[in-house]
Amino acid sequence: MENNRKIITPGETIVSGEEFLPGDGTRREKEDIVAGRYGLADISDKLVRVIPLSGTYTPRRGNVVIGEITDVLFNGWLIDFGGSGSGFLSINECERFVNKDELQETFDFGDLIVAKVIGVKAKGIDLTVRMRGLGLLEGGSIIKVNPNKVPRVIGKEGSMVNTIKEAANCEVTVGQNGLIWLASDEIENEIKARKIIQFICDNSYVEGLTEKVKEFAGALK
Amino acid sequence: MIIPRLQKQRIIEYMKQGKRFDGRKPEEFRDIEIKTGISLNAEGSASVKIGKTEVYVGVKMDVMEPYSDGPKEGTLTVGFELSPMASPDFDMGPPSIEAIEAGRILDRGLRESGFIDFEGLCIKEGEKVWGMYVDIYAINDAGNLMDAAALAALVALADARIPVYDEATGKVDRHQDRTDKKLPLVKEAMALNLTFHKIGDKIIVDPTREEEQISDYRVSFACSSHKGKPRISSIQKGKEGAITDKEMETILSLLEVKFNEMYEHLSKKIFKK
Amino acid sequence: MTTKKESSESTYTKRFDGRKFDELREIETKIGVIPEADGSAMYRSGKTIAIAAVYGPRKLHPQHMQNPQTGILRVNYDMMSFSVPDRKKPGPNRRGQEISKVIEWALSQCIDLESFPNTVIDVFIYIPQADAGTRVAGINAASMALAHAGVPMREMASAVAVGKMDKTIVADVCKEEEDYEEGEGATDIPICVLSRSKQIALLQLDGKISITELKEAIEMAKKACEKIHEIQVNTLKGAK
Repeated sequence: MENNRKIITPGETIVSGEEFLPGDGTRREKEDIVAGRYGLADISDKLVRVIPLSGTYTPRRGNVVIGEITDVLFNGWLIDFGGSGSGFLSINECERFVNKDELQETFDFGDLIVAKVIGVKAKGIDLTVRMRGLGLLEGGSIIKVNPNKVPRVIGKEGSMVNTIKEAANCEVTVGQNGLIWLASDEIENEIKARKIIQFICDNSYVEGLTEKVKEFAGALK
Repeated sequence: MIIPRLQKQRIIEYMKQGKRFDGRKPEEFRDIEIKTGISLNAEGSASVKIGKTEVYVGVKMDVMEPYSDGPKEGTLTVGFELSPMASPDFDMGPPSIEAIEAGRILDRGLRESGFIDFEGLCIKEGEKVWGMYVDIYAINDAGNLMDAAALAALVALADARIPVYDEATGKVDRHQDRTDKKLPLVKEAMALNLTFHKIGDKIIVDPTREEEQISDYRVSFACSSHKGKPRISSIQKGKEGAITDKEMETILSLLEVKFNEMYEHLSKKIFKK
Repeated sequence: MTTKKESSESTYTKRFDGRKFDELREIETKIGVIPEADGSAMYRSGKTIAIAAVYGPRKLHPQHMQNPQTGILRVNYDMMSFSVPDRKKPGPNRRGQEISKVIEWALSQCIDLESFPNTVIDVFIYIPQADAGTRVAGINAASMALAHAGVPMREMASAVAVGKMDKTIVADVCKEEEDYEEGEGATDIPICVLSRSKQIALLQLDGKISITELKEAIEMAKKACEKIHEIQVNTLKGAK
């Protein structure tokens, strides 16, 4: 399915014809569907879109992101998730009731949290940690990757991220914004996970990636 | 993004085991790549890469009047631009204190080492001398711009050729090709710049940007060779932390080790012609 | 009877470097030259080299400069001090500021700035080596860098410095040509053409030119920019 995807540049005609529909990253100009960014042109069932190869993270509702607390306000926290806007976590979106005096004790400057995007506005995003698996990250380390590679790091239904976890014997939590949290008791395992993730990102559009990743991971000490 | 606390803690924990995120040992440098002649309008130019960190340097020369306190000495002006293209953390605008400090450290290293024979730059005592301008631009900051910049300055100086001086006009004739004459440099006084950072309980060399941001302090040394041993011509300690006696000993031993590993090898590379 | 030389003949009959009148200098391109940036590219035309780095869309500080209706594009063009025979003192100067602005206007036509309100896209262009045509080389590098950075763009921008040496129109002027003094001397015409709409996004001139000659220059520029665009596309597609 990846064979027919070609790299396309802004302003190029991807395909011509009334029957095609302009999807993400494209626009219609008379007969032509025109690329609106650099990426991979993808045509499925007459829907034409451009899959980005690069570019800053565009938040979507339902995304799980990893971000850093940059400010403690009176009613919540401001989070930097690496995008061009800010994230806001309201005091009401925490798992347990948080008193207005306990804000800094709950999440402090420099803390990292895993959160879910519940709203996207012009000035930034609204987050929640009111679900299992969300909340404060403790210990471990983080690695930053190009957010456009995240789907490859996760794989179909999480298959790739499971491969990484098994091969490196390391906990891996992937944020859609390109921040990935790694945790293992053995530091070597975190280093191993880093290398595997780097390999995936460097080879993201290669065929048979899963096999190659398993090979690569096996060859690491 | 400011370094999250857990990241800083992890880097320190790794360091306690003598490990770094990129798999290097504390005393290990990334690969160094040197190129000359990257700018043909410069009298001498170079690019140096340490890992993915890259700088460009150009040397320009012009004829000028000497300073009153050095009637038969040439002049040297060193500039270091932390260009905003090199890092998301660099801003537009006048030089930051980081850029100013770095430029001055580089200047001292070049000047105090005796690498440049300033009297060899004299054209007519009291009247005309060569003025040298060494301008360094950061291209990509993946940490340790300092050592890359200092090395690149040496390479560019060694690569430089003196332009034609027209006695009749008393100016440089830029319409003619440069002469074959190299700058008056003292090879043995070539000053290698090595910067050490303290993280956790270790002293490291060649930091990445993250490591630079969380270190307790850094110390840069400019060393040349004197009878095969390192002779230090400039030191700068930066950032808040304070150095214990034990750490000082560790740093100085590591300095000697790295000097022995790197100095001869780099000197040969730079002065191959 | 004396024939007026200036009515039809030009003194510039052969280019200094032997190129045909509409021939471009040797071009070399590369993307990803600055890994820290969101996008980056190098564009070389003959001896002129431009490097461009793009950061963004990213947060704009201070906050009061943010525009809730549109994103902002900032271009900073600077020549490295050693890029020219007579050293240029480091730091901004008026020429650099003017060039930054005209480049910004040109590139803004390619980008849907309204889709990034409150943010900024920073484009930094540096010239390590100059032999005329630096601003157009800068645009060519910046255009590739913007695409490489994944910035949503309607089309790409390509630019060339067309010149008129006495009465001869040529494409991609080199420094020697810029200094030409015979006859009507040298007229320098940097032009930027957008890749799909073919609109002119940058146009400057200094020298002397008639309307007919200007039209000829624009035609030549459009053809040259098509060739340049093809090279930019091939670079982004990884072909060489």
